[in-house]
Amino acid sequence: MAKSNIVARTGNEAMAEAMRQINPDVVAAYPITPATEIVQIFAGYVADGLVKTEFVPVESEHSAMSACIGASAAGGRAMTGTSSQGLALMAEMLHIASGLRLPIVMADVNRALSSPINIHCDHSDTMMIKDAGWIQIFSENAQEGYDNMIQAIRIAEKAKLPTMVMTDGFIISHGMERIEILNDEDVQKFIGEYKPEHYLLNTEKPITIGALDLPDYYFEHRRQTIEAIRNSKSIIEDVSKEFGQKFGRTYGLFENYKLDDAEVAIVALGSTAGTTKTVVDALRAKGLKVGLLKPRVFRPFPKAEIADALKSLKAIAVMDRSDSMNGNEGPVCLEVKAALFDKGLNKTLVNYIYGLGGREIRTQDIEGIYKELIDASKGKAIEKIQYLGVRE
Amino acid sequence: MANIKDLAKQKELFTGGHRGCAGCGAVLIARQVMMAAGPDTVVASATGCLEVVSTIFPYSAWNVPFLHSAFENSGATISGIEAMYRSLRRQGKITKKLNFIAFGGDGGTYDIGLQSLSGAVERGHNILYVCYNNEAYMNTGVQRSGATPKGADTSTAPVGKVKKGKEQYRKDLTAIMVAHGIPYVAQSIAGNWRDLTSKVEKALSIEGPKFINVFQPCRLGWSYEPELTCEMGRLAADTCAWPLYEVADGKYKITYKPKEKKPIIEWLKLQGRFRHLSKPENKPLLDDIQAMTDKNWESLLKKEAAV
Repeated sequence: MAKSNIVARTGNEAMAEAMRQINPDVVAAYPITPATEIVQIFAGYVADGLVKTEFVPVESEHSAMSACIGASAAGGRAMTGTSSQGLALMAEMLHIASGLRLPIVMADVNRALSSPINIHCDHSDTMMIKDAGWIQIFSENAQEGYDNMIQAIRIAEKAKLPTMVMTDGFIISHGMERIEILNDEDVQKFIGEYKPEHYLLNTEKPITIGALDLPDYYFEHRRQTIEAIRNSKSIIEDVSKEFGQKFGRTYGLFENYKLDDAEVAIVALGSTAGTTKTVVDALRAKGLKVGLLKPRVFRPFPKAEIADALKSLKAIAVMDRSDSMNGNEGPVCLEVKAALFDKGLNKTLVNYIYGLGGREIRTQDIEGIYKELIDASKGKAIEKIQYLGVRE
Repeated sequence: MANIKDLAKQKELFTGGHRGCAGCGAVLIARQVMMAAGPDTVVASATGCLEVVSTIFPYSAWNVPFLHSAFENSGATISGIEAMYRSLRRQGKITKKLNFIAFGGDGGTYDIGLQSLSGAVERGHNILYVCYNNEAYMNTGVQRSGATPKGADTSTAPVGKVKKGKEQYRKDLTAIMVAHGIPYVAQSIAGNWRDLTSKVEKALSIEGPKFINVFQPCRLGWSYEPELTCEMGRLAADTCAWPLYEVADGKYKITYKPKEKKPIIEWLKLQGRFRHLSKPENKPLLDDIQAMTDKNWESLLKKEAAV
C-alpha cells in the first residue's frame, strides 16, 4: 500500500493540492465564491514554479471552458474550477466539451443559483447541467473531493468524456478536515501520461474538430456520446477499484451505509450523507433499522444498481438540495423513482427538498425524517414532497 | 513577400469544394490568409459563415488543424490552444514553431465575441485574430451588427416607411484593438491580395497578439453581382469607406492612399442595401454618411502624420 501524509486541509485546499499533484498542462479559470480559492492557490503554485502548468486567467467562465476546450483539443491535460453562476455561464460550452469528447476535469464547488443571489451551498448549479454529457461525481468531504479529482483524470481520459467533481460550497470547501494526501509520485504513477490519438498541435496530421453536422450525421455522433456516458460506468468502477487497491480508500458508484438490513433509508448526496451517517449510528444504537444510500456518481446514474440496493426497504426518503421547478419532485428523486419503476418496485418514497441557499440541515432534521419514514413504513400517511426547514 | 505566381503554386491550405456562395469574400480571405500563414498553423473559428461553409461533415476545406466550438469564443478558444502549445513547448514535448490564427465574422468579433477577444489580447497570447467583416450577421440572414454602417438596410434594421435602415454609426473596432496596446493592428480588404497577405506575414512575424480587420464584401447581404466582390472591396478603399492601414507598436501607417478619393456614392450605389440612398429625399442621410467618411479619413491622416 502506498504511503499517505496526514494533513489538515479545507476542501478547496485539498482540491488545489490534487491539481498540483496532477500537474495539468493548462488551467484556465475565473474566480467565483466559493471556488475562488482553488484557482487562487493553484495560481500560487504556478507563481512558485511548483507545476509545469500554463495558467490562463481568463475574463469569464465562458472563456474558461472555451480555453479548456481549445487546450484539451490541442493535445494536453486541461482543468478548471467554478461554482454556481460560473457554471451557468459555462453551460453552452459544457455541452460542446462533451460533444467534442474532450477529457477536461473540473472542480465544481456547489453553490445556489441566482435569483435571489446567494453564495451558499445547494446543488442547483450541478443539477442544471446534469444532462450536459459530463460525468458527475459528488464528494461527501474533502478527502473524497481530493480522491475523486485524482480518479477523475483517469476516468475522463479513458471514457473520453469531461468530468466534474463536486464539493459542497463552504461546508466542504471552507471546512478544515483531517485528510490523507498521497505522495506526488504515486499520483503521477496512478494518472499516467496522457497520449491523445488526435490533437490540434499535430500539424503533420491536421484534423478538423467541431464540424457542422446536418441531419445526416448529428444523431450518430450524439448517439456515440450517449453510449460513452453509458460505458463510463464500468470505467468509473474500474478506476475506483484500482485506486482502492493502491491507496486503501475504495469507492463505488454509490455507498451503502448500514443499508443491508435496514427497513427505512435516506438517499443523500454530498456532505449531508456525512451528517446522515452520524444519525444512522445514533438511531442504530437505539435499535432502529435505518440506513443510508449515498450516490457518488450522479452521471451516469447507476439506475439498476441503486434500485437493487433499495429493493428491500419499506420506506425511502430522497434528499434533494435543489428543485427541478417542474411542479413535482427534485432531480435526485426523479432518478430514484425511475430506477424503482424499472424494477417494478412501488415503494413508499418521500422527497425532501432541503438546504437551498445554504439553509442548515441538522442532525435533528435527519432524525425527524427517519421517524417519519418509520411511521410511514407502519402505514401512517405521509406528505410525499416536503420542504425541510422552510418558513411557510 | 511571395509574388502571385508563387502563391498560386502553393499547396492549398484552404481548399475548394466548400459551400461558400458564388463570389463569397469570406472564403477568399481565409484562402489568402492561409497562403500567407503556411502549413505550420493552427486555426480556430467562431460559428459563422466561414465555419459553416468550410466544415460540413464529413468534409473539411481545412488542410491545417482546425477547431470550431461556439460563436462568441474564438478569442478564448485560440488562447487555450496557444496556452497548451506554450506549455508543451516549455516541457520539450513540441519543438516546431507554430502560428495560431482565429477567425471570426463581425458578429462574432464586434459583438458577441468582443469580451473573449479583448481578454485574449490583454493576456498577450501569441495569436493573430482575423475578423472577416461583412458588416452584418450574414450567416443568419443579414441582421444588423455593431459593424453595420449607418443607413444600411438589414433584416433587423430594415428600410421601411419611416425608418431608413440602421440609425447608428458602426463602432470602430480597429481603434478599440489599437487601444489595447497590442503590437500589431491592421485593416485590410478582400480584393487586394497583396495588402492582405503582406499584413498577415508581417503580423505573424511579430510576437504577441495581433488583429487584422478585413473588410469583406458579401454579395448576398450587400446585394450586388457576385463577380464584383473584389471590385467592391477595392472601391471601399478608393472611397475611404474602409481605409487600409496598420498600427505597428502604436505607429499608424496608411498602406493605401487613393490617388483620387472617390465620393462614397460610387461605392454605395452598387449595393442593394443602400439602394434607398439614391432617392432625393434621402440626400441628407447620404450627406451625413459622406461627412462621416471624410471625418474618419482626415482623422486617420492626422494619426499617421502625428507619429
